[in-house]
Amino acid sequence: MGLLDYFRSKPKTASIARQRLELLIAHQHEGGAAPDYLPQMQQDIIEVIRKYVAVSDDAVQINFERTDQCDMLELNVSLGEDDAA
Amino acid sequence: MSKIIVVTSGKGGVGKTTTSASIASGLAKRGHKTCVIDFDVGLRNLDLIMGCERRVVYDFINLINGESKLNQTLIRDKRVKDLYILPASQTRDKDALTKEGVAKVLDELKSEGFEYVVCDSPAGIEAGALMALYFADEAIIVTNPEVSSVRDSDRILGILQSRSKRAEDGGEPVVEHLLITRYDPERVEKGQMLSIDDVSELLSVELIGVIPESKDVLEASNAGMPVILSEDSNAAQAYDDSIARLLGEQRPMRFTQVQKKGLLGRLFG
Repeated sequence: MGLLDYFRSKPKTASIARQRLELLIAHQHEGGAAPDYLPQMQQDIIEVIRKYVAVSDDAVQINFERTDQCDMLELNVSLGEDDAA
Repeated sequence: MSKIIVVTSGKGGVGKTTTSASIASGLAKRGHKTCVIDFDVGLRNLDLIMGCERRVVYDFINLINGESKLNQTLIRDKRVKDLYILPASQTRDKDALTKEGVAKVLDELKSEGFEYVVCDSPAGIEAGALMALYFADEAIIVTNPEVSSVRDSDRILGILQSRSKRAEDGGEPVVEHLLITRYDPERVEKGQMLSIDDVSELLSVELIGVIPESKDVLEASNAGMPVILSEDSNAAQAYDDSIARLLGEQRPMRFTQVQKKGLLGRLFG
């Protein structure tokens, strides 16, 4: 088993862990600053879009960024492929 | 001048009490008069790890409430001179810890000539944990190379930076040190475990030490002896290095590389 494993390349879970934590920690740090209406707003936007197009629950991504000059809301809507409709 | 060091992590079971016991013992062994306080009211465990559970008469809450005197309450360690243990109460409520009460005890320790007070924080981010870190000058963040521990450490760092006395007073921030415990270089090499660099970069805290995964830790706790006193153990030596760094010495990290490679490793590595 050991020999076979040696030649088989598996995805390295440590790098997955690092990537997940990078996102999480970045989010955690802006978490205090991000307005708490974001999840509700995200839900509402999805509802509005659904009046016209069938989209999945994760079709709308909202990112909140605070810089020195201004707060920025980044909105990504993916309308998906045909099979999503 | 006495220094208050909190040992904290957010997550439970990562080695806060093991670390508190070893750091306090190591500081005292170097001749610094040290007291280690168990802040885990209701779930006292430091006394077990230090092996003095049968000598507990009074506790931290008794002392705060004036039901006992400092010299009646502190337990003098039998192995290390200059080391004293202040056990938590097993029966009282966490609310018995008040800022005023804790401040009074810390002041008394200061006036008794204690150079270091090590505060063993309970897990979580509630009253007991907040109280343990409130008066800290320095903090040792104990982290396992594992996702939930790293996330919780990041949370507790945020709390140190916003809710400690130093943060509230707007003075110098609490000095933060990262201590990685249960590190397994072999698994890191195989890509199965977050590396030292991963953890310290994610948390952006200066690294004070890396304690290797070691069977000696459980055996030391079985025997009620801080692992730093099992001098042949890698974990003990890694703790000793960490204390040296805490005191400002430069020491290279040990036990962070894979020791010996197997035949395949040598052929292909």
